[in-house]
Amino acid sequence: MSAHPTTKRFIANATEALADPQLQRAMTNVRSGFIDKRAAVAAKLPEFEALRDSARDIKNHALAHLDLYLEKYEANVTAAGGHVHWARTAEEARKIILGICHDAGAKTVTKGKSMISEEIALNAALEAAGIVPVETDLGEYIIQLRDEAPSHIIAPAVHLNASQVESDFRRVHTHLDAGRDLSEPVQLLTEARQVLRSKFLAADVGITGANFLVAETGSSIIVTNEGNGDLTQTLPKTHIVIASLEKIVPTLEDVSQILRVLARSATGQEMSVYTTFSTGPRRAADLDGPENYHVVILDNGRSSMLGTAFQDMLRCIRCGACMNHCPVYHAVGGHAYGWVYPGPMGAVLTPTLLGVDKAGHLPNASTFCGRCESVCPVRIPLPKMMRHWREAEFERHLSPATMRSGIKFWAFFAKRPALYRFATSLMMNVMGWLGRDKGCFSSVPLASGWTDYRDFPAPQGGTFQSRYQAHRKSTQNNGRAA
Amino acid sequence: MSAREEILSTIRRSLGVTGQEKPRLDTVTERLANAPRGLTVARGQLPHEGQVALFKEQAKATLASVVDVASYQDVPAAVADYLRQNNLPAQLRIGSDPRMADLDWGKTAIELSHGPSDGNDLAGLNHAFAGVAETGTLVMTASAENPTTINFLPDHALVVVSAKDITGDYETMWSNLRAQYGKGQMPRVVNWVTGPSRSGDIEQVILLGAHGPRRVHIMVVQD
Repeated sequence: MSAHPTTKRFIANATEALADPQLQRAMTNVRSGFIDKRAAVAAKLPEFEALRDSARDIKNHALAHLDLYLEKYEANVTAAGGHVHWARTAEEARKIILGICHDAGAKTVTKGKSMISEEIALNAALEAAGIVPVETDLGEYIIQLRDEAPSHIIAPAVHLNASQVESDFRRVHTHLDAGRDLSEPVQLLTEARQVLRSKFLAADVGITGANFLVAETGSSIIVTNEGNGDLTQTLPKTHIVIASLEKIVPTLEDVSQILRVLARSATGQEMSVYTTFSTGPRRAADLDGPENYHVVILDNGRSSMLGTAFQDMLRCIRCGACMNHCPVYHAVGGHAYGWVYPGPMGAVLTPTLLGVDKAGHLPNASTFCGRCESVCPVRIPLPKMMRHWREAEFERHLSPATMRSGIKFWAFFAKRPALYRFATSLMMNVMGWLGRDKGCFSSVPLASGWTDYRDFPAPQGGTFQSRYQAHRKSTQNNGRAA
Repeated sequence: MSAREEILSTIRRSLGVTGQEKPRLDTVTERLANAPRGLTVARGQLPHEGQVALFKEQAKATLASVVDVASYQDVPAAVADYLRQNNLPAQLRIGSDPRMADLDWGKTAIELSHGPSDGNDLAGLNHAFAGVAETGTLVMTASAENPTTINFLPDHALVVVSAKDITGDYETMWSNLRAQYGKGQMPRVVNWVTGPSRSGDIEQVILLGAHGPRRVHIMVVQD
């Protein structure tokens, strides 16, 4: 799926998602789980808001000095015995990784969870080269069995229910007793643990992403709860890290500040179970760990985002809080967005990576409620950037003709306030009179997008502007009387 | 132009810099040399006994089990207790850390196996470099003495941490690590472990024992 974005079909995707009962049931887990957990854990740490400022400032500092920190990082990885590779594009990154796998004589590759791997469509490239990729994060493993893309950046299988996972396990794990009980989620977890344990031990190469790269020490960092990333990178002879270039942070102290807001924002944990700092291959005296350590640094258009209105997006630490709090994401799920990155962060990032001509619908998938920005641990102004994309889409005449004429029609009145007030109050009176019996409309011309799903209330009591003026007058009078 | 040169030059063009500006170079050199601590979190700023108590409380909150052990000599008996209470065979995987390998295990019935885990051990024991009170986090450093596989492959991860190595916050732990390994030098791997392995990937229900240990048992040595 990552190789063939369906971002252009966003509206059709969203319509299908709204009519999918399995998906709608699964999405209730997002609405109820993530939001309360984040709020509770944030409330337990008095410094949480100040730490968000600190995380924002550290990322801004790192981006402003990105070239220099990347050079320091590379020098320190090399000094520790590792290798750094640079990839301008997804294709270059795939080529480098296939080359390392080839040199290692790899037949199977275990993988920790990595969104960059999805972005460069790595699994398809490995398969085409005759190498078997095995996703080891439970959610990633489940969607690999289903040949699906992740629907959430930290909870890839959040669109599924346990019964769907059970039938996938029965379909694929045919070597196990067909009569076994898989009715409880813990039985599914135990089965995945057993099946994957032998794959961890057999793999020739382990590929992980990185949450951060530390310039001071040349360390790559992964953050997981399952421990799959650690088994992936500890057991095979070769460990490959794939990371985009904005993951750089200066020091261990800097990353410790950011880690304090990462898990709290993502899963509502004070700290994820495993935070792993890896620096080079195994040392002379070591008895375990990989003999080869490679880092592939991917650009894929990010270096050109610096110095633009979208630079702030490079602060993103991929916690998923923006989608966890997004009413549009709650309604349609992650697959509707049609590519690797869903939700508000995807609506901003995807057009920069794929082009606004392919992904221009995504920034429209917002009610501008602002919850994403209000929970972002690095305070990315997501609604503002979605507005930038909307403007770019409009300026480049990429939005549909009906929308463009609608906006022009509205703009004609908006530029003429007296006419606007007259037209809206006339409209209100007419609609109020027509709807005086029922108090609402079940259909309104040109508004089926609304009335197909809910009634349109009949207006009553004057326009917003007239009521606002009346309210101001009365408060001014009250103020004078007091 | 190589990919490396092209990426760095695009970054510099976008930022409007050449990479040679002295103030930028100085800023980066200073930041890396001084590693400023940033914002202090009050929670761990306690007298040392308070930090040890907070560490234990926070570790329990992550569903690890925690016991106090009076001295290193008492570790074998504490391990034997744990294995017995959990109906586990009297077998233990252990590295070569002299603080544990040199103890008198003969007093117990435990059969030791040494070196990295191959995935067939039910219980393994490593020594932590530190514990961080703020979140009840164990800090494990990779070495021949404490092989990383013992942290991840056995179902039951038993960990010894010395009370004197418990710090209030991550920053103090990093200072201690630098003092031991040298500025800018890191062990091959530093593992922060905060509770037993878990996953919420099926319907957002948290289940313990995903791929790593199902249980983490911490023994805090007091002397």
